[in-house]
Amino acid sequence: MSHHTINGHDAHVAHHFDGPQHQFDSGKLGMWTFLAQEILFFSALFVAYIVFRYNHPEVFAYAHKYLDVKYGAINTAVLIFSSLSAAWAVRAAQKNQQKLLIACLLTTILCAFAFLGIKYVEYKHKFHIGTVYGCNFAPSETPNGTKIDWPEAPKGQCRALKASEAKIVVEPPKAADGTPLEPGSPEALKAIAEADKNSTSRYSQLPPPNTSMFFSIYFAMTGLHGIHVLAGIAVFIWLLVRAIKGHFSEAYFGPIDFAALYWHIVDLIWIYLFPLLYLIH
Amino acid sequence: MSSEAATADSVQEPSYIDVKSGFWSWFVTIDHKRIGVMYLIAILTAFLLGGFFALMIRAELLLPGSQLVTAATFNKLFTVHGAIMVFLVIIPGIPAALGNFVVPILLGAPDVAFPRLNLASYYLYLSGALLLILSLFLGGVDTGWTFYTPYSTTTDTAVVPAVAGAFLLGFSSIFTGLNMIVTIHKFKPKGMGWFKMPLSLWGIYATSVIQVLATPVLGLTLLLLFVERIVGIGIFDPALGGDPVLFQHFFWFYSHPAVYIMILPAMAVMSELITVFAKKHIFGYSFIAYSSIGLALLSFLVWGHHMFVSGQSTLANMVFSALTFSVAIPSAIKVFNWIATLYKADIHLDSPMIWALMFILLFAIGGLTGIFLGTLNVDVHLHDTYFVVSHFHYVMMGSALIAFFGALHYWWPKMTGKMYAEKPAIIMSLMVFFSFNLTFMPQFVMGSRGMPRRYFDYDPRFELMHQLSSLGAFILGVTLFCIILNLLISLKTGKKAPANPWGGTTLEWQTSSPPPLYNFPVGQPIPLPELYEYDGLSKDAEDGGWQYKKDAGNEA
Ligand code: HEM
Ligand SMILES: [Cu+2]
Repeated sequence: MSHHTINGHDAHVAHHFDGPQHQFDSGKLGMWTFLAQEILFFSALFVAYIVFRYNHPEVFAYAHKYLDVKYGAINTAVLIFSSLSAAWAVRAAQKNQQKLLIACLLTTILCAFAFLGIKYVEYKHKFHIGTVYGCNFAPSETPNGTKIDWPEAPKGQCRALKASEAKIVVEPPKAADGTPLEPGSPEALKAIAEADKNSTSRYSQLPPPNTSMFFSIYFAMTGLHGIHVLAGIAVFIWLLVRAIKGHFSEAYFGPIDFAALYWHIVDLIWIYLFPLLYLIH
Repeated sequence: MSSEAATADSVQEPSYIDVKSGFWSWFVTIDHKRIGVMYLIAILTAFLLGGFFALMIRAELLLPGSQLVTAATFNKLFTVHGAIMVFLVIIPGIPAALGNFVVPILLGAPDVAFPRLNLASYYLYLSGALLLILSLFLGGVDTGWTFYTPYSTTTDTAVVPAVAGAFLLGFSSIFTGLNMIVTIHKFKPKGMGWFKMPLSLWGIYATSVIQVLATPVLGLTLLLLFVERIVGIGIFDPALGGDPVLFQHFFWFYSHPAVYIMILPAMAVMSELITVFAKKHIFGYSFIAYSSIGLALLSFLVWGHHMFVSGQSTLANMVFSALTFSVAIPSAIKVFNWIATLYKADIHLDSPMIWALMFILLFAIGGLTGIFLGTLNVDVHLHDTYFVVSHFHYVMMGSALIAFFGALHYWWPKMTGKMYAEKPAIIMSLMVFFSFNLTFMPQFVMGSRGMPRRYFDYDPRFELMHQLSSLGAFILGVTLFCIILNLLISLKTGKKAPANPWGGTTLEWQTSSPPPLYNFPVGQPIPLPELYEYDGLSKDAEDGGWQYKKDAGNEA
């Protein structure tokens, strides 16, 4: 028959646990349960993605070209690397390597900031050229750079853009070295005729109906993921402070283990987001 | 501290209530019992508020045409009534208030696995509740508790704070579920395997699984609705190629499992009450245990039965209909096992048992009418009528809330250390049974004859049914208020509760009423009696409760 005991000695073990192992096991199960919750939290967005892509394949095939694979790929590498440093932090704590632990935590935090920095550059560009969600979607260019112009949106009214309203902005004809050609000159007329020949294909480059849907999903998914990265940064800074104070050791490393698990899930979700949004064929 | 206490057998530790006092000792407490009590206070307050709105609705419907309020206000009344009752009362009722209190004690543990998270859940609950109330002051919400798009994205009522509130309430529920799962996994005492656990723990466990796996989907859906209202993200907006029906899918992917968040803890409590007051070992333990898990899993597969007329494909409708029928199997397994437990038993009609028997009857009606609604061609006619309203009141109020009150009367002596007045408790519980049926039976009748739900006005031929229903509702409202009063009065005048007033075999009855801070005296062994074996028990303890006969060989 076991006796009812209350823990009172070990500073890192809460009163209601039998001992450090009991506390660690409970924390770990708690974290896995939380991660199950996280997956379900994101799952609805993945379902929305499937539904919209199934309903509007042309939108996805078109709009993903607005995204820059280069940025997505760098961010993928950055996050995978930060997952490595997070896992390494756990090992450093387990082996009581205090300096290495601090270095790994710091690396993870820096990578997370780098990720958000790159995301910021991407977001900023999208707002700049008008490839955003909802009614504000009015791209000033097509994915291959043709400039377009849209009629002024009616005040206070949300309306979906129709490609037929778009005006393709044709630049005044220029010579090969960039100097404007003299209006009416044979060279200028020839350049204009050339541009006209392409204009039908230019019209076919305009966004198909409901293209804003892609950006709704894009911003919803990457935005929610970004919030999780922010939360991760907060957690890892907290761990860093505790690591500097020397709280962790081979006897007590639970919080680092749990935070690393969380970080892996955040990483894993991005690993799905990257191909689903950037690498569509 | 443990070694000294072991020798001081007779020294009584102060109870969790006496151990500290003052506002702060409650405000920042991490004791699961105090948190449970704080939930209880908040939930009962919310219940009275939600009940008040219900009575306003019933008063308006006494006669056709406008009586008390405008049509627009009527819409806000049923919305806030529904949202309060679902999110603030029934979902947290048993798991967060009573479950919080008893689960660790049932396990012989000093607390839940994560006490601080537990307190955080409580404050999430309070913040969510306050946001819901705030939406009332900002003009109310008129979408119904279901927040269906596209209406909820276009109405000019205070959807934003209400949705934010429901979002926080969802996370409160998720964290409570998480805490319970880990507590039940990791804090079982030596000698208590999974199949030696009290059945209530199986029920709470199954509930927690749903809370953790279904609620996040609601969270995300509400978040999208929130973002839609603020910046127009467009996911649910058909004008932009978005899909409003997707909202319904997401909503019911949570909200059908959520009805099992409401009913599984109720069934959990039932499985305790029935055996304790029948003084007979529960019949079919493992069937009841597995059926809880079965219900939890099946509950994820039937959400489409709320959308038979929302443009689902015929194939999807047929599959959802068939799956809906299959839910009846684990539900019926439980009911049959309870009845088999009662068979030839020594039934003690104490007030918790009256609630338990009422539950069986009302749940049978609620569950069976669910089968009617799950039948495709029938539901086309009954959908969005008072028949549905009556169906879900039989399960949510007639079953889940009745079980909550049964559980409250069962554990009240343990929580407060006081016995309430038994006679009024019994009389009033019977009045609840009578007035509940008076309120909702007529709703089945008028619903099946075509009275639509959520209508402010009605055809005069429904007048009698509406008046019977309103009459029942007023009696019900007054009675429930008096029941809460009766419990509160016991705090002042009640007799001191014995440790084991009902003769239970589970662990909460093996410690004092109310329990000490760490639930059992520190340093002493925790007795683990044979579960649901009542032979050794008799009602002759010095404190007036039940105890094991000294010679019964039940080692302490
Ligand atoms: C045997 C079990 C059950 C079955 C077969 C069942 C079936 C159904 C069906 C088919 C509907 C949709 C009716 C319609 O909208 O046309 C429905 C509605 C509903 N049920 Fe059940 N049900 C069961 C148990 C429960 C339980 C246990 C609860 C709650 C504790 C519950 C709460 C509700 C609610 C709240 C609604 C209406 C939601 C709304 O539209 O506002 N049901 N049920
Ligand atoms: Cu349902």
